[in-house]
Parts: sequence; structure tokens; C-alpha cells
Amino acid sequence: MEAKIKVDGLVQIFGNKPQSALRRLRKGKNKDEILKETGQTVGVSDVSFDVYDGEIFVIMGLSGSGKSSVIRCLNLLNKPTAGDIYIDGENIVKYDKKQIRKMRQNKIAMVFQHFGLLTHKTVLENVEYGLGVRGVDPEERRKIALENIETVGLSGWEEMYPNELSGGMQQRVGLARALANDPDILLMDEPFSALDPLIRREMQMELLGLQSKLQKTIIFITHDINEAFKLGDRVAVMKDAKIVQIGTPEEIIESPSNEYIEDFVKDIDRTKIIQAKNIMTKSTALVSLKDGPSVAVKEMRANGIASVFVVDKGMKLQGIVTIEDAIAAIKEKKKLEDILRDDYFTTSKEEYVQELIEDASETKYPIAVTDEDNKLLGVIVRSSILSGLI
Amino acid sequence: MSNFPDIIQFNLGVYVNNIVEWLVANGESVFDAITRGTLSFLLAIQNFIMWIPWYIIILAVVLLGIYVCSWKSGVMYGVMLFIIGGMGLWEEMAITLAIVITSVLISVVIGVTLGILAAYSKRASSFINPLLDAMQTMPSFVYLIPAVMFFGLGMVPAVFATIIYATPPAIRLTTLAIREVSEEMIEAAHSFGSPSWKILMQVELPQAFPTIMTGINQTTMMAMAMVVTSSMIGAKGLGLNVLTSINRLDVAMGFEAGISIVFLAVIIDRLTQGVANKFNYHNESVE
Ligand SMILES: Nc1ncnc2c1ncn2[C@@H]1O[C@H](COP(=O)(O)OP(=O)(O)O)[C@@H](O)[C@H]1O
Ligand SMILES: [Mg+2]
Repeated sequence: MEAKIKVDGLVQIFGNKPQSALRRLRKGKNKDEILKETGQTVGVSDVSFDVYDGEIFVIMGLSGSGKSSVIRCLNLLNKPTAGDIYIDGENIVKYDKKQIRKMRQNKIAMVFQHFGLLTHKTVLENVEYGLGVRGVDPEERRKIALENIETVGLSGWEEMYPNELSGGMQQRVGLARALANDPDILLMDEPFSALDPLIRREMQMELLGLQSKLQKTIIFITHDINEAFKLGDRVAVMKDAKIVQIGTPEEIIESPSNEYIEDFVKDIDRTKIIQAKNIMTKSTALVSLKDGPSVAVKEMRANGIASVFVVDKGMKLQGIVTIEDAIAAIKEKKKLEDILRDDYFTTSKEEYVQELIEDASETKYPIAVTDEDNKLLGVIVRSSILSGLI
Repeated sequence: MSNFPDIIQFNLGVYVNNIVEWLVANGESVFDAITRGTLSFLLAIQNFIMWIPWYIIILAVVLLGIYVCSWKSGVMYGVMLFIIGGMGLWEEMAITLAIVITSVLISVVIGVTLGILAAYSKRASSFINPLLDAMQTMPSFVYLIPAVMFFGLGMVPAVFATIIYATPPAIRLTTLAIREVSEEMIEAAHSFGSPSWKILMQVELPQAFPTIMTGINQTTMMAMAMVVTSSMIGAKGLGLNVLTSINRLDVAMGFEAGISIVFLAVIIDRLTQGVANKFNYHNESVE
């Protein structure tokens, strides 16, 4: 797949003599040595990565690791000292002022940590801002702005001023303002870090919801590993101005590439990233509705279990039967339909393990994992939930 | 006693004098144009104030006072104006106002421009700052000298001296205001691809406006403070009445003119402050 954004050998140095710092960097000196010798701060040190169309690419790292410096190079708020950045195949590092403005107006929008809203303008005027810069006529501008205000759930607040809103709402305005320009690429620099945890979680879920509809290419920055793994299709971990590992959340957890990432991963509450699909088993023991109770009993005995899920021809879940009921049914010549129970729990394959703990402790049956059509995808037994918690 | 030796003496004043004489001789047409322009502007304002019926002016001040301050204040300002008129100083007030308004307008144009320049450019501010320090430590009388040299006696040199005296706060507070605008806000504007001059107009100046208004308020107060001083070089109005009363030891006349100046200063101060407060976009809650 052709990358939407391709960053190649990006270096960014703060200070008035970046070239002398760059030479030292090329000789293999590290950030601290260069700071001591030249007084120049290396913000980004030889970073390369690709971002694909429609993915959420998270850059994670401790404060000062260079995350902001990288993301700010992507819309040229920071000027790269060396390296290339291709967006849709064009090297934006070579852009002149006019091209940069055009790119910012049309292709790439940013959401800021402290929102960056214009406090002398109303919510509506803020959301209209980018469109105004592009020269969209006022009527059209208003229409688009109102749509986007609705998208982020702020209808009715159009005439308020930013400082009359809560932090969460202000960031919704920031998001609406960025979305109003309909950019391909959304840059989000710790957009939820200034919010309290509850609001933060809510915003994360909403971002995922929005993304499933909008399919933007999102670069998302965070210092919170839980947030990174919750949102990221892929995650890049930064340390001392370098990227130390890139991968899917699962890849990073399963095989941290060095001690630094291991430490990072230790922090993580694993229940928040392990999902139902990671611990379910494709159930081998299954009974079809047209089978009789005796088949069910055989199936359970063969697998050493006390209950079994019943499905129809299309694998749609019909219910569960217990071994006692099935044996009784054979004697009373009942059909399988007559002894189906429905007091089991179901879940989707995306559910986090943490959410299943309570269900698991309340039922003696396994938990059924189903899709939207009620098709059985697998089952989760209690013991695997507990092991998922470790 | 040990005096400074006579042989080591230079006449700096002579050089300055030469420069000024050269300027006056060669730039006569320029100074003439400035003088005529300023004077007609000044007279226009004065005539305008005299043309509006006095009760309309009082009513307007009362209403504005009520709008930006409070009921009581509005009425109080009206009463103050009424007293000035009652003491027979309405025309003097109009003249003084014309000088102050003209000076303040020009000061604000110069002050905001230089203030923006100093906020943007380190070099400009390293040039402007010491100049401002010098201007503010110098006694106001000193400004009368170049004013008289360039423009002679009358209203125009009064305006000129007042501008030099009153502009520094406008410059300082504009610079401060622009520098204080949230970095992230400006970056947000850049991130949408707005050109810099538009960011200045649409983001930085509106954000800086309340603080700039404070600067304008201070400039106005300083212009009021120059009223008596500048009457020494021929400015008419309330200041001249004060000066005359001092010369004649006329306490009654001095009191009436003096209290009128105080009233005027209070009214202008409160009204400009009130307007500034109206534009304080709840900014205090930003961290
Ligand atoms: N404008 C700047 N001038 C000088 N140094 C800077 C500037 N911005 C960031 N830095 C330095 O660059 C490094 C990376 O900073 P940053 O990219 O902001 O990190 P992060 O976003 O991961 O916290 C830090 O050492 C920081 O001090
Ligand atoms: Mg940062």
C-alpha cells in the first residue's frame, strides 16, 4: 500500500546553529552530548515512519521525547533541519510559503493540547475560522460549521464563548474546527491530556466512533500508554528524540523491543487492551438445533463440559443446554428446543476483558462471543478471563 | 573647590541647535504642511464639539456612562459637565478636548504601530525601549523646547509636545499586549494556513485589544496632564486659564479651571476604562 504520509530521516534541531549540531548527529553523537557541546537541542533525531490512509497512528513517549516536534514538522509549524516528508507522494519540505498555506488550508488540520481556540470569537465563529481563511463564502461557511458542531455534539452552544465552556466541550470545538475544513489528515497533539479522566475516556470513544465514519488519517500524540493502545491502529514509541519501536499494540505488548518499552508496557493495565477476541476459543463443541438431546450429551461428554451452545444452520446462536437437562430430555422424549436456556451472557469480540469480569463471576456458563447478526464467533471460559487479567 | 577644567569644554547644545536650524530651514514646507493639517483637524473637532448642543453632549455622556459603568456614574458625569458649563468654561473645555483628542488620536496611531513593531522585532524593541525610558524620565517641560523650535507658538506645538509626552504608554502596552497573546492560539491560526498579516488583524490585535485600551487610557490621562504645561507655549483652553490665574494670583479662576480639568479627566478615564472592560472576553479563565 502507498503510504499517505512518508517521513524519511527527519531531523529537527532547535537553536541558532543547527548545521553544526546536525554534523555531530551524523557522527553518531547523542542528544545530551550535542546539547553540551553546541547548546543546540535535538528535537527529532533521524526519524522515519509511514502512515497509511485511514489509520490512527499514535506517537507515544514521555514528556520531552520529541513527539510534538515530530507532529509539528508534518504541517511545517516546525521547520525540519534535514530529511523528507512526503504527503500523497509530494515532498512538503520543499514547499514555498504559498504551497504551505495551501496545504494547511486544504489537506491537514491540527487539534491542540490546550485547544488553541480564539477566545474573542464564539463557538460558531471558531468553527468557521478555517473556512474563512480558505475564502468559503459566509453562507456556506455557516452551514458547514453548524454541521460539524452537530457532529461533535455541541448544537445549541454556537453563540457561547470558548471560556464559558468546560474543557471537554472546548476540545470538541477544537475538533469541529479541524473537521470543518474536511482535511485528509488530522494532527492531534495530546488533545485529551488536559481533560480529566472521565471526560477523556468519553472523548476517546467518540473519536473512535467518528473515525469509523470519517476514515481520516490521524496522527495522535499521547504520553499515556493506555490511550495509545486504545486508539492506535499502530503505535510508535519515542525516546530521546528517536523512535524506538513501531507496531500494532499487540505486537508491542507481546514483544517489547527493549527495556524502555518493557517498562512502559508494565505500566499498562492489561485488561484495558486485551479484548474478547484475544482470549476466546473457536468453540469446537457445538450442537445444531436439529440434533437431538442425545447428540448434545455425547458432545458434552466428549469435551468434558457441563453445557453446550446450540446454533442453527447459519451459526446463529439459539441458546444453551446443560447436561442434566439433556439427560432428562432423553428420558422424557423432549426435543432440544424445549430445554434451551437463555440465561447466559453474550459479548462482542471488541469488548475489553475488564468489562467481562463481572459477568463471568455471575454465571456458571461460558460467555458467548457473537457478532451483530447473533452469529456465534467463539466462547470465553472463566479461567481464560482470569489469565487475561495478569 | 575644584571646578571642571575650562579647556575641556564642548558645546553639545550648539550642534543640536545647528541640526534643528538645518531641519527648520530645509524642511520648512514639511513643517508647514504638518502645522496646517494638524490645525485644521484640531479646529474641526473643536467646532464640532461647539456645534453640538450642550445638552446633547451631556445626555450622550450620561448614557455612555450608564452603559459602560453604572447608573450613578452616568448621572455624576453629566452633573460634572453641567458644572463646567455653569462656570462659563464650555468653550475652554471644547478647546482643551480638541487638543487632547487630536493628540491622543495621533499618539495611538504612532503608539500602536511602534508597539506592534517592537513586539515583532527584537531589533526594533532594542531601539525603542531605551528611547521610551528616556522619554518617561524626562520632565514634560523639556518637550516644549523642540515643539517650539519646530512649530513656533500656538496649538500645534502643544499637540506635538503632548504627543511626545503621552505616546510611551501606548507603545509599551501594545507591545506587552501583542507579546502576551497565547502562543497556541497564534499557532492554531497558522495551522489553518492564514497569512501573517491576517493573523495580526484577526487574532493578535483583537486579543490585545483590552490591554491596548488600557494603554490608550493612560495616554489620554497623560495628555490631560499636559494641558496646563502646554498652555505655556500658547495652547488655549482650560490650561491657559490655570496659567493665567497663577500669574494673577486669582484663586477663584484657578479653582474653576482646575476643577474642570479634574472633572474632564475623571470622565474620560472612567469612560475609556469602561469601554475596555466591555471587551474583556472572559479571558481571565484561560490558564
Ligand atoms: N521551541 C523550542 N526551543 C528549544 N527547544 C525546544 C523547543 N520546543 C521543544 N524543545 C525541546 O525539544 C525537545 C522535544 O520537545 P517536544 O517535542 O516538545 O517533546 P514532547 O512533545 O514529547 O513533550 C525537548 O528537549 C524540548 O525541551
Ligand atoms: Mg508535546
